Amino acid sequence: MDHQFRNMAYMLFGVWAVLLLTACTDGGWNNPYPTAEADRNILYSSFSERPKHLDPVRSYSSDEYAFIAQIYEPPLQYHFLKRPYVLEPLSATAVPKARYLDADGNWLPAGAPEETIAFSDYEIEIKQGMQYQPHPALARDGQGNYLYHDLTGEEIESLNTLSDFSETGSREVIAEDFVNQIKRLAVPHLHSPIAGLMGEYILGLNAFGKTIEDVYTQLKNEAGLEKPYLDLRPHRIEGVEVVDRHSFRIRLKGKYPQFVYWLAMPFFSPMPWEADAFFSQQGMEKRNITLDWYPFGSGPFMLTENNPNLRMVLSRNPNFHGEQYPSEGEESDKALGLLNDAGAELPFIEKAVYSLEKENIPNWNKFLQGYYDTSGISSDSFDQAVKFSDQGELGLTEPMQEKGINLLTAVTTSMNYMGFNMADPVVGGDTERARLLRQAISVALDFEEYISIFNNGEGITAQSPLPPGIFGNRTGEEGMNPYVYEMSNGKLNRKPLAHAKALMAQAGYPNGKDRETGKPLILYYDTTASGPDDKARLNWFSKQFVKLGIQLVIRATDYNRFREKMRKGTSQIFMWGWNADYPDPENFLFLLYGPNGKMEHGGENAANYSSPRFDALFEKMKNMENGPGRQQIIDEMVAILRRDAPWVFGFHPKAFSLFHSWYKNVKPNLMANNTLKYKRLEPELRQRMRTEWNPPVLWPVITLLVVLVVSAIPAVRICRQHERSAVR
Amino acid sequence: MMAYIIRRVLYAIPILIGVNVLTFMLFFVVNSPDDMARMHLGQKRVNQAVIENWKQERGYNRPLLYNSEAEGVGSITDTVFFQKSVKLFQFDFGSSDSGRDIGYDISQRMWPSLAIAIPVLMVGLLVNISYALLIAFFRATYIDLWSVVLCVVMMSISGLFYIIGGQYLVSKLLHLVPISGYDTGLGAWKFLVLPVIIGVIGSIGAGTRWYRTLFLEEINKDYVRTARAKGLSERVVLFRHVLKNAMIPILTGVVVVLPLLFMGSLITESFFGIPGLGSYTIDAIQRQDFAIVRSMVFLGSVLYILGLLLTDISYTLVDPRVRLS
Repeated sequence: MDHQFRNMAYMLFGVWAVLLLTACTDGGWNNPYPTAEADRNILYSSFSERPKHLDPVRSYSSDEYAFIAQIYEPPLQYHFLKRPYVLEPLSATAVPKARYLDADGNWLPAGAPEETIAFSDYEIEIKQGMQYQPHPALARDGQGNYLYHDLTGEEIESLNTLSDFSETGSREVIAEDFVNQIKRLAVPHLHSPIAGLMGEYILGLNAFGKTIEDVYTQLKNEAGLEKPYLDLRPHRIEGVEVVDRHSFRIRLKGKYPQFVYWLAMPFFSPMPWEADAFFSQQGMEKRNITLDWYPFGSGPFMLTENNPNLRMVLSRNPNFHGEQYPSEGEESDKALGLLNDAGAELPFIEKAVYSLEKENIPNWNKFLQGYYDTSGISSDSFDQAVKFSDQGELGLTEPMQEKGINLLTAVTTSMNYMGFNMADPVVGGDTERARLLRQAISVALDFEEYISIFNNGEGITAQSPLPPGIFGNRTGEEGMNPYVYEMSNGKLNRKPLAHAKALMAQAGYPNGKDRETGKPLILYYDTTASGPDDKARLNWFSKQFVKLGIQLVIRATDYNRFREKMRKGTSQIFMWGWNADYPDPENFLFLLYGPNGKMEHGGENAANYSSPRFDALFEKMKNMENGPGRQQIIDEMVAILRRDAPWVFGFHPKAFSLFHSWYKNVKPNLMANNTLKYKRLEPELRQRMRTEWNPPVLWPVITLLVVLVVSAIPAVRICRQHERSAVR
Repeated sequence: MMAYIIRRVLYAIPILIGVNVLTFMLFFVVNSPDDMARMHLGQKRVNQAVIENWKQERGYNRPLLYNSEAEGVGSITDTVFFQKSVKLFQFDFGSSDSGRDIGYDISQRMWPSLAIAIPVLMVGLLVNISYALLIAFFRATYIDLWSVVLCVVMMSISGLFYIIGGQYLVSKLLHLVPISGYDTGLGAWKFLVLPVIIGVIGSIGAGTRWYRTLFLEEINKDYVRTARAKGLSERVVLFRHVLKNAMIPILTGVVVVLPLLFMGSLITESFFGIPGLGSYTIDAIQRQDFAIVRSMVFLGSVLYILGLLLTDISYTLVDPRVRLS
């Protein structure tokens, strides 16, 4: 028996020693990163949705832009600090100004009437000396021949990743690369989502696309290959030309002032022809070596690890041409320390590691442990992170403050709305009856309550389709929707329910019953929300309609069927949203422009709203420069929408983000995606905090072991007695 | 036995065709090729021409199951179903709808799944069998009673609770291992400790009860009574006789799940951020990637059939009375 106890004691001591030895390692035991990285200038963050496309010609979602915007450099970018959002040059030397021409090709003055403008020319001069990231597609031998453009099938079979190539090369970014990328927008098999839109504006882009389709089909037939390499250089787009090594010109049909905003998106980043020549080699796609997987840019970072099931790693591009931290911003920026790094060389960090976190709980805990530098706030952790003061002001909870965590909020340039299908015979149409019904529902739907219950107060109610920060949005009384709100004691208040009921009565539905038939009004709400978590939300909607005596039937369906209903115009009431592509009112008001109707034209006007006056004003407004004239037109358009109420203007969500004290230069910029280069870290402080916050707690483990051993003693004793008795 | 194996393999072919047809029909009842194209191309500014182009490139522009415009065999072969299914039987999974080589992705993602599944199975077996033997040894005592109560309680708790509770206790409060993540090579061990412990603890309730039942059934058999009558100690009776004879159902249960270990565990991998195969199928369903869905369902079916076949074969190895014919 003594012998057994001695063995157990040795075992316990062994476990204890191992635990102690492990505790001596640098950093916490729960540190998910290599110990060698502990005090390095590396940013750690997470992502929950894997990016689908990383080719700038295809990529068009925030999940993807979070990575590729750090890699690719389109001609323009949004100023990091200035508000309202302004464009500034990125790879261009200046923000291009449009020059207008008439139908005969004669230059027109800047203020020429729109009807005389047949074409707009944008001449873009790019910075000299910009270099691409080191890449095997640009590797050459001593004679200047590309090393990896003519690989054999056997060589390709031996490859698994881009890092399997031993040699890399680089070259200067030139104007031809920007033109090459514009050509790629029109290549049918690259499926650019903006090919159709750009085809409407860039002169000759559609024709180029058709030519390329024919040429490609012929090439496929001749080569007998599924995806042969198509050299785009010999083919020309009528409206796009290289002026010289560092300038190119784009000619648009008519006037399209919003085009400059597109020049700030990765769609217009430079792409060397060598990229397509390299990645199009037969067998490369089979080996998963594609441009859609391995971005190829000239920006401050390059993707050095692409494992979207685990982590994505951006490392500093050794060939980056250099950029300085802005020295101008808003007035408050200096006091907030956002100009402390003015003029400093970018980027500050050497690497950014993004780990896949599908679940909120691990993500949130790792942030609290200091293993992520920044985090959003999920609904699960909202109460733990944020509190409202007695005055209704938002702030961090005490545990967050003790950790030195900071909170940043910003109203997004997004719109969540409830739409009425204007093609529907009950809620739609231009009749007074339907209009009054829609207005009554607009009043009854208490979106203040909705935000409070279902969005943790993260949002502000909308008075028009235009979110704050977008030109045309008005605040205070002049920005109030008078059909839904009223001013009292200097505050906006939703009109009383009695007003909505009166509107219902005027519409011919007193107490929610059709005056002519006496039958209760039944409306149908189409939604994709069908899970148990959505039940409360759907009940809330039903109750809002019940306030008017309306029975709301929830038609829950999957997203595919929902979209089909929207396309066919068979829905009645629905909720939808829109995120701004660029900070211009056109990008929101076009959602209600008649020729954009989803049912008839397949556009983004999901409500199928059509008003001749609104459409005429939209056409006039869309190409105007911001100014009093444009504001006046927008005011009239918004007034029409408020009266017709094709949408219940829901709310503009607020984005909440938390960041640690060692994470610097944080300012919400809802338009720019390439802000990683501005971020600065204090790794020593981070390491100190991590060690302080994560000391291994061993006593429960030891106690558990002791309890197990002690509780085993009677069992062992009984066992021995049992055996002895068996022997007897 | 070879004839038996060949016959079973031949039986598997119609089963696999049936599974394939069923998967195909279920998938396309919910998703049309247009929906798939929209999902892959994004939500914004996608027009019908781009959708048609996408479908044509991936062969989704053909009729689904029957081509009324084609003649003869073409009415069957020139369909989405035929074109997408035939290569599966050669284990050529092809490319996903987003262009990735599925075979390569499976070969990469199965290792993290196995890194969790194998230790959970092995350690779980060891713990469960040991505990069940202990209970059998102390049958009809307070240890037996409270162990069964504990097992029932543990069985009643959701697996998700073990995961969240384990992460909270071990990683958040005690700071002993990372809460989630993964690394390749030896660096993976610190990420695997917690999911393996949780996997083992989560299996104790059901596993131990099952093995306890098996052992108690054996303990009451005549040969055990004979062994005891010969004067063998209870330990020898349990380990040398009862355990050996109870191995048949244990082996059956283990062998049948062996091939399925490749498929991973969705919840565990999701919560611990392990890049295994568990989330591969679910991700594909969410992304409406039919190529991956059909491949994973096919692979799962093949592995299940293989598991059943291996179980039958294993019977002959542990029980000489069993003959496959």
